[in-house]
Amino acid sequence: MMSLRAARRALSPGVRRFSDTSGGEIVEDVSERTGCAQLTTQASLYVHWPYCLRRCSYCNFNKYISRDNNDHMMTECLQKETETLLQLSQVSCVTSVFFGGGTPSLAHPSTVAAVLETVSGQASLSEKAEVTLEVNPTPVGMSKLEDFCRAGVNRFSIGVQSLQDDDLKILGRDHSSRQALQTIEEARRLCPGRVSVDVMFGRPKQSVESWENELSKLLRVCDDHMSLYQLTLERGTQLFKQVQGGEVTVPAEDVTAEMYQCARRTLHQHGFLQYEVSNFAKHQKAVSHHNMSYWKGRQYIGVGPGAHGRFVLPGEGGVAREARTQTLEPDVWMREVQQRGHGTRRRIQLNHLELLEEVLVMGMRMTEGINHKHWELFSPQLSLREVFGRSTDVQELLQSGRLILDDRGLRCSWDGLALLDSMLPALLVELERQISQRLQRDHHTDGQTKKTSNPR
Amino acid sequence: MHLKHIDTCYCYLLQSEITFKLNGSGCTINTKYNLNMQVTRDAVDLSKFPADRIRNFCIIAHIDHGKSTLADRLLEMTGAIAKTEKNKQVLDKLQVERERGITVKAQTASLFYNHEGQQYLLNLIDTPGHVDFSYEVSRSISACQGVLLIVDANQGIQAQTVANFYLAFEAQLAIIPVINKIDLKNADPERVESQIEKVFDIPREECIRISAKLGTNVENVLQAVVDRIPPPEASIDDPFKALVFDSNFDHYRGVVANIAVFGGRVKKGDRIVSAYLGKTYEVNELGLLRPDEHSTGKLFAGQVGYIVAGMKDVKEAQIGDTLYLQEQPVEALPGFKPAKAMVFAGMYPMDQSEYQGLRSAIEKLTLNDSSVTVQRDSSLALGAGWRLGFLGLLHMEVFNQRLEQEYNASVIVTAPTVPYKAVLSSAKLIKEHGSKEITIVNPAQFPDRTVVSEYLEPMVLGTILAPDSYTGKIMSLCLNRRAVQKNMLYIDDQRVMMKYLFPLNEVVVDFYDLLKSLSSGYASFDYENAGYQAADLIKMDILLNGRPVEELITIVHRDRAYSSGKAMCERLKDSIPRQMFEIAVQAAIGSKVIARETIKAYKKNVLAKCYGGDITRKMKLLKKQAEGKKKMRLIGSVEVPKDAFINVLKRKQK
Repeated sequence: MMSLRAARRALSPGVRRFSDTSGGEIVEDVSERTGCAQLTTQASLYVHWPYCLRRCSYCNFNKYISRDNNDHMMTECLQKETETLLQLSQVSCVTSVFFGGGTPSLAHPSTVAAVLETVSGQASLSEKAEVTLEVNPTPVGMSKLEDFCRAGVNRFSIGVQSLQDDDLKILGRDHSSRQALQTIEEARRLCPGRVSVDVMFGRPKQSVESWENELSKLLRVCDDHMSLYQLTLERGTQLFKQVQGGEVTVPAEDVTAEMYQCARRTLHQHGFLQYEVSNFAKHQKAVSHHNMSYWKGRQYIGVGPGAHGRFVLPGEGGVAREARTQTLEPDVWMREVQQRGHGTRRRIQLNHLELLEEVLVMGMRMTEGINHKHWELFSPQLSLREVFGRSTDVQELLQSGRLILDDRGLRCSWDGLALLDSMLPALLVELERQISQRLQRDHHTDGQTKKTSNPR
Repeated sequence: MHLKHIDTCYCYLLQSEITFKLNGSGCTINTKYNLNMQVTRDAVDLSKFPADRIRNFCIIAHIDHGKSTLADRLLEMTGAIAKTEKNKQVLDKLQVERERGITVKAQTASLFYNHEGQQYLLNLIDTPGHVDFSYEVSRSISACQGVLLIVDANQGIQAQTVANFYLAFEAQLAIIPVINKIDLKNADPERVESQIEKVFDIPREECIRISAKLGTNVENVLQAVVDRIPPPEASIDDPFKALVFDSNFDHYRGVVANIAVFGGRVKKGDRIVSAYLGKTYEVNELGLLRPDEHSTGKLFAGQVGYIVAGMKDVKEAQIGDTLYLQEQPVEALPGFKPAKAMVFAGMYPMDQSEYQGLRSAIEKLTLNDSSVTVQRDSSLALGAGWRLGFLGLLHMEVFNQRLEQEYNASVIVTAPTVPYKAVLSSAKLIKEHGSKEITIVNPAQFPDRTVVSEYLEPMVLGTILAPDSYTGKIMSLCLNRRAVQKNMLYIDDQRVMMKYLFPLNEVVVDFYDLLKSLSSGYASFDYENAGYQAADLIKMDILLNGRPVEELITIVHRDRAYSSGKAMCERLKDSIPRQMFEIAVQAAIGSKVIARETIKAYKKNVLAKCYGGDITRKMKLLKKQAEGKKKMRLIGSVEVPKDAFINVLKRKQK
């Protein structure tokens, strides 16, 4: 099948700085092959579509219920910002693209095509590069899947959330479970092996049993990827207020913990490998490479209202990675993009410690954790063992069997992963201590020594 | 706490109309009321006032019965201050006094009053309105020959009325009962008169009905002061002899002592001796308080005034000390028992960086309140601080409030404790301590039962007055507090006066609040110290996963061990965050656990979604937790935030 995108890209090969095979190919473990240099020459791209038809009761995400149709202007601005930020980042290769939201499946497929075209105009984007679109499983959403594929999408992430229609109502979703099943089917037809299903647990009134039933139902229809998220009550959401006011009850922590463990077991039995706290794939090829790159601490560029990015700006003479946040409000963001090419609202330079902190926090979410090579890429001077090997707090975690530090690297055990956030503060305290001691030592022993490499 | 019912509008008026300055050492009021021009500043010839033209009196009353308002009227009517709308509680100079409507620090005002063609010098010695300050009351009383006992025509006799009456009665002072607020709609002076007759055995005919607010009949009060209160027995021909009944510290002049001259005369330039220290001073300045200082150069027998004599330290002007002329030594006056701290509490800075600031604030405040005892203390959880001793709960609250208001210091105040005692049985320990009986202020130093023949706890005699419909509830509350009823009397057909012997420990924390709430605010309570009694005291430990927490050691009565242990465990449970393992929070007596709460282990604690847009927020949260972790106190492997100790140790917020 020849996609539109592939065709378009074939027309403009000159723009790409790397050949398709070396840059954007979906490799099994990019980290080992991605050396220090690639850290700043590659990036993934996140594109935020801020509009939704309605507000889900649990969602505190940056989304807007739009009254007037300015899709066209939004598209132009997304393109413009993509162009500007890619130029500033000077990345030669975009490794994956993710269209999230909001409800990006409300966007016209041509928007997706236009943005991808812009990307290709600025950097190499392999035709095999993962391009994911979040889909709301409504009939309208389903009817557009084929066009999205033609526009260049090659992976769908479907927000099923629940197979109980009553629950979907409480959650404020605009689709039924039947529509969700149909959408999954259609997506699988279009992108076999590249469809993910999002489900939520810890929902109001949910029991472990009903969750198990729902899971087995899903396992019969799903493709090779599943994301299971515990419902998080976010301040300011309708659901939060309902729970506070006692109108709605959510399962106790003990129950949700049980749901989580039981899901992990069930998926494992069905051949799904857990590769991250909430993510499961049938095989290595089915993992979300885009999301993996977040957890592996790689560069990413965020485009669209409220999008976040992490990348170096050599175009501005920068050497350190920046944390960038785009303006939240779509209308304001669009005005800014029109005026100065991008709507970056906040830029914060990450120092060496902050970068390592993010690498640690994100990396530990993966079941494989952080291997020595991966760590060395960011911290060539202090190995994992040097940082964490001495701490008594860490020793206790190792002894409790929740944390593992061995020849492969640092990672959570099966039990430990569910308690990651209880372990991270101890790891962060230790990291900070070791880095600051190292800095002092460097100062004392040799004031002249310059860091030979400054990973960012 | 319980003394907040004040006339708020009065306060606002005050603060907007009068500016008052607090200069580091106590308070000088910067009001601009006009001094009475009939007796000009320089024209006061005090030699014209022999003892028989002098009356020394004070006003005693239950809180809010109108003591300070009457004082305002008396000051106005005698021309000490101009008669304006602005005179509200002129003698209450401290912010806390005005806010709470209580008098903390005794003040003195000399009034000139014409009666039947004669001019009299009336010395009004204002007294604190609460029994916590009864040492102040008794000091004031010792300089007086009579008291005005004010009772609210609506509320009738209250607990403090009774307590104050007995102080005056025991000092054998002339007592003039004054029924105030007769202008109120529900005033029932007749009923109050019969209460006075019944409780105090004072004929109803002796009561004067007034409205201090409107000035009604206040003239009669002044006449009664002259007619019914005897003049001081003091002769100008005797050698100079004066009682120091109060002192203040002034940053520039040193100690300003309030004295009552019991004999002879004293003038500027005289060399005087403090009987207590034997030190000699030269009189730099002296005069009357009207109520601000009014220099006269001389003071004569029977008069009351202030004196500045180059004393540099408040300790040099010992309350109760006797002053005499260097060349004419006299026998010292009996003096007073020093005020004894009955309630102790730890005070710690919110943040250790504020330690120095808090220290200097406490030092400054104690300069003018020698009744507060200060001991340095430190707690593993709260850092360096102090253990302060107070005369009572209100005293503690007032001190704390003054710290916050006048010195802008924020403090952690631990739950109050009382001074227990132990009678030692081991000869070795007795020798070590130098006495058989020791006082235990810090629970960590509680001596073991094996070396002690008995433990003692401080007792108080409490007086409760309430409408009889609440009697049942009040009795069961008292019973719960290990109190023993001593007496019960109907003071009229609806109101009952009950006397109970309480362990002080049982009333220091929340007794008054409970009493108030179960009586819909109608009950009043007051207490006086009643010595020590043997008690079955035990030391209670709080354990976290089996490890004792030193800062939470408590001394409790055996009967109360379970309830207070349980309460502490519950408070601790609520303030320690869940951890990866289960935490047993236990209260234990020796090796026996008497109460337990369990903090369940986290089974799942990991953010569900953490993608590119979530990192910033997650990092912020984690960094905060990591910072918090550094400040945790580790008990075994349990991380305890500082707040948890504060929540358990501090007084409950009302």
